[in-house]
Amino acid sequence: MWNAGVSPAGPQASPPALRITAITKHFGATIALDGVDFEVAPGEVHALIGENGAGKSTLMNVLSGAVVPDSGTMIAGGQPYAPRGPADARGRGIAHIHQELALCAHLSVAENIVMGIEPSRGGWLRRDAMNERAAALLADFGRAEIDPRTRVSNLSLADRQVVEISRALARDARILLMDEPTSSLQRADVSRLFETVSRLRDRGIAIIYISHFLEEVREIADRFTVLRDGRSVGSGELTSVRDEELISMMVGKAQTRVAVQQKEVVRTLSAAQPQILLEVENLSAPPRLRLASFKLHQGQILGIAGLVGSGRSDLVRTLFGLQRATGGVVRLRGQELKTLAHQIENGFGYLSEDRKGEGLALQLPIADNVTISRFASCSHAGWIDRKQQNPQTEDVMQRLRIKAPGPRGIVDRLSGGNQQKVLLARLLHQDPDILLLDEPARGIDIGSKADIYREIARLASEGKGILMVSSYLPELLQVCDSIAVMTRGRLSPARPASEWTADSILEAAIGGET
Amino acid sequence: MNRWIRILAPMAGLVAVIVLFAILTGSPARYLSGANLRVVLAQTVIVAIGALGMTMIIVSGGIDLSVGAVIALTSVVAALALRSGWPPVAAMTAAIVAGAIVGVVNGVAITALRVVPFIATLGMLGIARGVAKYVASEQTVNPPATWLNELAVTFPSRDWMLFAPGVWIAILLAAMMALVLRNTVFGRHVFALGSNEAAARACGINTSSLKIRIYALAGLFFGLAGVMQMSRLRQGDPTVAVGVELDVIAAVVIGGASLSGGEGSIAGAMIGALVMAFLRNGSQQMGWPNYVQEIIIGIVIVLAVAADRWRAARAAEGS
Repeated sequence: MWNAGVSPAGPQASPPALRITAITKHFGATIALDGVDFEVAPGEVHALIGENGAGKSTLMNVLSGAVVPDSGTMIAGGQPYAPRGPADARGRGIAHIHQELALCAHLSVAENIVMGIEPSRGGWLRRDAMNERAAALLADFGRAEIDPRTRVSNLSLADRQVVEISRALARDARILLMDEPTSSLQRADVSRLFETVSRLRDRGIAIIYISHFLEEVREIADRFTVLRDGRSVGSGELTSVRDEELISMMVGKAQTRVAVQQKEVVRTLSAAQPQILLEVENLSAPPRLRLASFKLHQGQILGIAGLVGSGRSDLVRTLFGLQRATGGVVRLRGQELKTLAHQIENGFGYLSEDRKGEGLALQLPIADNVTISRFASCSHAGWIDRKQQNPQTEDVMQRLRIKAPGPRGIVDRLSGGNQQKVLLARLLHQDPDILLLDEPARGIDIGSKADIYREIARLASEGKGILMVSSYLPELLQVCDSIAVMTRGRLSPARPASEWTADSILEAAIGGET
Repeated sequence: MNRWIRILAPMAGLVAVIVLFAILTGSPARYLSGANLRVVLAQTVIVAIGALGMTMIIVSGGIDLSVGAVIALTSVVAALALRSGWPPVAAMTAAIVAGAIVGVVNGVAITALRVVPFIATLGMLGIARGVAKYVASEQTVNPPATWLNELAVTFPSRDWMLFAPGVWIAILLAAMMALVLRNTVFGRHVFALGSNEAAARACGINTSSLKIRIYALAGLFFGLAGVMQMSRLRQGDPTVAVGVELDVIAAVVIGGASLSGGEGSIAGAMIGALVMAFLRNGSQQMGWPNYVQEIIIGIVIVLAVAADRWRAARAAEGS
């Protein structure tokens, strides 16, 4: 079932596109990279895996010239490579496809692709030549349907990624660094991306591919290198290594139990007949949410699957009053809610899928971020009392094992996993009865995921009702008691998680009436 | 398509203003007469030329609050040059170059000193005004009469010109700037900078030098606006044009530009300048006191941007 092909030209057959040896990098007292070795051959997809904080991002920045290493050597295309800045990296054919897409949304597809290398005559743009060049690159990918004249803001995320890769190729990139390229993509788009990556590989381009998803890595990559604590701790062919081995390399021996615990999250519902907490009938909020009905019991984790744009995020946003409902009935413990405008008072809590945009005040300390939904608990007459705020924050930080200097630490300086935990910590502090979680564990390392899953399970066992939206099917199957699938704004009846498989969820999500 | 809709909305606003005052004044024939049109256009030349530079700055994601002070400074520079016996072309060039120098200083403060444009140009507002007063010895500067005085007159001495030479200059420059912003590599880089600065930098665009060039080029326009100011008053006045930057910014924004960058057009900004000029002119014809004009223009600015946000929200929902 794994499509783990080895490239036709094996890695040993040709000299490496890039070889790095004993790279180190310190930031002040922190060791970010502590001796990293790896190499990637032309026409190879090389997966770089490791937990957040393992040094993957720093390594990417070293390769793309954004960070200068303290020591170590790099050889690209047979020549020593010591980039002083992104321009040097580009000059050597090394392109970084960023995790947060770096496009100009106001400009056209073609303008983005040729940006910085525009065809021109005497300073005047040669628009025809520009559009032709862009069209040719897109057609090369079998994505000729993307019109070079379209504004990028009109494109889907997946298409934007194609534009960004085309931009790298327009500069004759030989080595592509792809950082979590699928984190915001739907399954169908992931398949298309993988087709693209395969084409690039067949053309002899070396691809360094960072991902948290092991099954994804197996599907696309040939070889792997595992980073842990800034060191490369293992590498080899993906076909000759089991998941458990990879995980134990990533987390180290001491922590393997955490990874195992993650699989034991599935809980048994309490024997007593649980009370219905929330009952939703025919809720709609056009254009995306058309019809959703479900019941949420105390202690239940109800998973909502569906493609992006299917209305699954709109469901939780509407329930939390962030979008206006145009129809439907919401009953809380049997009482019909006349308005969804005061949901925090009604005991609802919401975790946004957009951690940086909507979830956190990045420049503020952890304590402010955690207590903001319930400042009343640590303030008097409008004045915040840090003597109450700090211990309250420390309490939830411990529960979620947030690694930070303390409650006054600035959220922006935390790793992605810890930031995500701060988001959940806010809900713990708010202490709602119903938690609406939109992608609670997106794009974070396995250790943090395990901590978050464990906390969700614990909240459910305390009798909270949890609605959890996720794109990651194994996560839904593992964490939820029951799962309902959203298709084009309509929610299927919920069924116990044990009756679903990843395949059947996917089928329901992409199927439905057309 | 989108681009035309963005021009259409300010255009509709302009037509609405003209029709409204044509009816309110009770004599559409007079309000829409050629004579009145000349008055309006002559009055709008300074704001329109300023808006040419400001459009570029706002599209790039910046702002310039020093325009009024720079207009005063360069009007003084032009008047002083004329008084010292410089030929008119040289005096005009001196004023325009002075504007560009101020722009370079703004650009350097923004890039090398990493001061945000709002603050850097707020500082320049004071500096330029102060320098203007210093070089003018805190007095108005009366230059000898030259053809420069003809640039922004309401009724040009030669009938065949129809409008003041300044009006024609503004139209010509507007056409040129529209082409530059749309069809040159520089123009597209201005949009890229305002749309996503990090992306522009990642593509190898030297954003620091680009910013300095943008503020310098805009400074040329502000210098020319200063020449028009001197032409209208027939003297260099260091205390003139207080708050003109707000009119200029308003014109650009009414014309559909986004203060967060990446969006805006020359055509829109010109329409925006006309909207304000017709509003002013109409209010004067109605005999309304100055404060009424100020209130109306304030309301129009807010409504124009609100309408734009509303359109954007509709567009987002529709997609």
